[in-house]
Amino acid sequence: MTDLTRLTIADARDGLKAGTFSARELAAAHITAMDAARGLNAFITETPEKAVEAATASDEKLAKGEGGVMEGIPVAVKDLFCTKGVLTTAASHILDGFKPEYESTVTTNLWNAGAVMLGKVNLDEFAMGSSNETSYYGNVVNPWRRSEDDQPLVPGGSSGGSASAVASFSAMGATGTDTGGSIRQPAAFAGIVGMKPTYGRCSRWGVVAFASSLDQPGPMTRSVRDAAIMLEAMAGFDPKDSTSVDMVVPNFEAALTGDIRGMKIGIPKEYRLDGISSEISDLWDKGAAMLKEAGAEIVEISLPHTKYALPAYYIIAPAEASSNLARYDGVRYGLRVEGEDLADMYSRTRGEGFGEEVQRRLLIGTYALSAGYYDAYYLKAQKVRTRISDDFKEAFKTVDAILTPTAPSPAFAFGEKGDDPLAMYLNDVFTVPASLAGLPGISIPAGLSENGLPLGLQLLGRPFDEETVIRTAGVLEDAAGFDATPTDWWRG
Amino acid sequence: MGMIIQGATGDWEVVIGLEVHAQVTSNAKLFSGSATEYGAEQNTQVSFVDAAMPGMLPVINEMAVRQAVRTGLGLKAQINKFSVFDRKNYFYADLPQGYQISQYLQPIVGEGTLTIDLKDGETKEIGITRLHLEQDAGKSIHDQHPSMTLVDLNRSGVALMEIVSEPDIRSPEEAAAYVKKLRSILRYLGTCDGNMEEGSMRADVNVSVRRPGDEFGTRCEMKNINSVRFIQQAIIFEANRQVDILEAGGEIDQETRLYDSVKGETRSMRSKEEAHDYRYFPDPDLLPLEFDDAFVEEIKADLPELPDEKKDRFVGDLGITPYDAGVLVAEKEVADYFEAVAKGRDAKISANWVIGELFGNLNRTGKSLAESPVSADELGKLVDLIKDGTISNRIAKEVFEEMFDSGKAAADIVKEKGLEQVSDTGAIEQAIDDVMAANMDKVEEYRGGKDKLLGFFMGQVMKATGGKANPGVVNKILKPKLDG
Repeated sequence: MTDLTRLTIADARDGLKAGTFSARELAAAHITAMDAARGLNAFITETPEKAVEAATASDEKLAKGEGGVMEGIPVAVKDLFCTKGVLTTAASHILDGFKPEYESTVTTNLWNAGAVMLGKVNLDEFAMGSSNETSYYGNVVNPWRRSEDDQPLVPGGSSGGSASAVASFSAMGATGTDTGGSIRQPAAFAGIVGMKPTYGRCSRWGVVAFASSLDQPGPMTRSVRDAAIMLEAMAGFDPKDSTSVDMVVPNFEAALTGDIRGMKIGIPKEYRLDGISSEISDLWDKGAAMLKEAGAEIVEISLPHTKYALPAYYIIAPAEASSNLARYDGVRYGLRVEGEDLADMYSRTRGEGFGEEVQRRLLIGTYALSAGYYDAYYLKAQKVRTRISDDFKEAFKTVDAILTPTAPSPAFAFGEKGDDPLAMYLNDVFTVPASLAGLPGISIPAGLSENGLPLGLQLLGRPFDEETVIRTAGVLEDAAGFDATPTDWWRG
Repeated sequence: MGMIIQGATGDWEVVIGLEVHAQVTSNAKLFSGSATEYGAEQNTQVSFVDAAMPGMLPVINEMAVRQAVRTGLGLKAQINKFSVFDRKNYFYADLPQGYQISQYLQPIVGEGTLTIDLKDGETKEIGITRLHLEQDAGKSIHDQHPSMTLVDLNRSGVALMEIVSEPDIRSPEEAAAYVKKLRSILRYLGTCDGNMEEGSMRADVNVSVRRPGDEFGTRCEMKNINSVRFIQQAIIFEANRQVDILEAGGEIDQETRLYDSVKGETRSMRSKEEAHDYRYFPDPDLLPLEFDDAFVEEIKADLPELPDEKKDRFVGDLGITPYDAGVLVAEKEVADYFEAVAKGRDAKISANWVIGELFGNLNRTGKSLAESPVSADELGKLVDLIKDGTISNRIAKEVFEEMFDSGKAAADIVKEKGLEQVSDTGAIEQAIDDVMAANMDKVEEYRGGKDKLLGFFMGQVMKATGGKANPGVVNKILKPKLDG
């Protein structure tokens, strides 16, 4: 029998339907893989019993010819999604022992579609980070290594556990959340596909909030088709989320027609940053050439406010976070460190409960919203955000999708950027603008760096036009023919 | 009349503005489906949203929006079809989110007016600055454990309307009239039960003093006062405190003060420097609140007649005095009761009975109108008995007392006690003859020119008939007889 963990979701779905293997067998193979990959520290909580139980139920449904679009498919859940009765940590000490009494809408949708939960995966604390170095539960290791050394590399962040689990064949897919690039950048670092849908496409209900106006759940998988299947299962209007949009969820998989003839693809000139490595810009050019080859027209476009995106993002996201994280006060759940009085209890609890990066961002955000600074920082950043949105609107009058690199570099080693928050924040330079504009974006692996690490390309589309993004990504995926996988050194 | 404090250095005028927090009448909270019933067991009306569990999101309660618009229309205020919910950030144990969702720069209701009724029948317009929707906090309970504070989140997330007045109020009496009138309007509208004892309505009171005609002085704010009497007491204390400071050459510090109703004084809570920086910003979990004209029109079409309009109608159409009309419309239940009594009857007589006998007996027994043993229908029937001459006004008062105490119908009491007015001329003539025979000396005096004795004979006849004789009939027969 072939290694079931190597299958794509689409393949596994067909195999399950045909009865080639059972959901239990599929789950068992992944549980074994998950165990073997513990060295990667991708999972915070493993739920093998739940997986077997769910797989058994899936087998019963499949036997009757029933079942949802992801029936029997084992997936990992970013530990930012609240899962009923299962420890939910946001990778933070402050949520010690927190087991929600409720299930997030997105995971509920997944379970309704038949997906099987393997466990909860690691992330940067409260999704704040681009390297998975800020988790209270330790660093997540990227399954990929440089060709020249064995130095452990970061998986990207914040959905680093998701990326590592999917890239190491421990899970067929994983949920991620993307605030400024937290799905797309780790997908690029781990050589997988990661899609951030349009803001409002997936419900945020039951997802631990980082920055409410930016947070958006999405799928992380090993193929564009898998991303389409999984997104369809996750998405949908939710009356419990006021920012969720009441629109019909299309059949995303059907968007994979392979035909992009006549489409116009924009190449934003402002994304040609000084000092960007030639391997990144070469890959970008190659991607454009592939799309052209497939019949699309390549158009240079201008997104003039791009350079202001990162500073605006690093005002808006921390500002919202400073308020969103105020609820972690030691009063009702999670960690409490007793103090002499209420204020002392607050500062001890939050001082011990939050890590350094979270504290840094809460301070930045609090400062940006303070009297006397609000106009200069928060309000200004919001104005920039509107300009950036307008840039995209203008561009999408001429083009159907936009092609950019996903990240300015391949995966780096631990500690390499840890001391310099600004260098770390630069990881998000290509992903943040679309986040601010709420646009759908996907990262697909499109090639290897000189030292053998995966590199990603990003496609962006119009709001709620995930279909065009998926169609174009499918064509690019085929053309790039990326089939490299990391050696499974972690199995030891 | 404004309140003037006469200081050693001259007169001081008091300037007052009120921020009233009124709990929206709604079965559910502002952003969650939890119940809002008063007095439920602690922490039994708390959803995951109210407890600010991770990942929980607010969803606006449409009923609360309707109630705010309804209230805005009742205050003749501008309705903002576009408004924004903001977060007001601060830490406290009974504020689970670490912020209160409120409306800061763009409230749902803008400027309006409220007409207050003053003692001498005068009225005064008080400007309404704005009305906005916001969440209530939970309750911290400090006295049930020696070292711990307990928290009850039942109120957490309950919808409040904050109604802010212009600094147009000039005396404690005006402040009281403002709160009473506002409460009356809210009750008419059914948007707040106005129950101050249960905390459904409470006020932050801003007070400053100035030389008459000068610019506004520095104000102090007294938080969360929950009775009309305490509001007046707080104003008097605070205004005098400020005058004393100014007269002594001092300056007023802008600060938040606490009114201690036991000691009858205000104390500093926090100065301007210690004031929270609430870091307001638009709540990213909520879209701006938008609705169209049709939404407003629909609510407008459903508005009840409000106290001012009712008062005008009572005065204009029913001929009631402005004072009586003001009394009758203050509470919707009273106005409804009165209208039921007056329906098809003499409005003035009906008003006198409601305000005089009914209120008198309710006060005497400490009962509310709802508890009145005499229904509007029964009081109406009593008025009918007077009107058709069955009983006299004087007897009617006795009958009413009996009705009030026994709950019996007026007609039954009259019948049982044989209180029917005597209009039978034969019986009355007989009584007159008897009285005249017994008082021949007075008859002579009368006939000698002492006209005033007519009253004496009237009284004697009424006395002789046990008050039941119809005074009109007595008068008609008595005079010719006396005149000889």
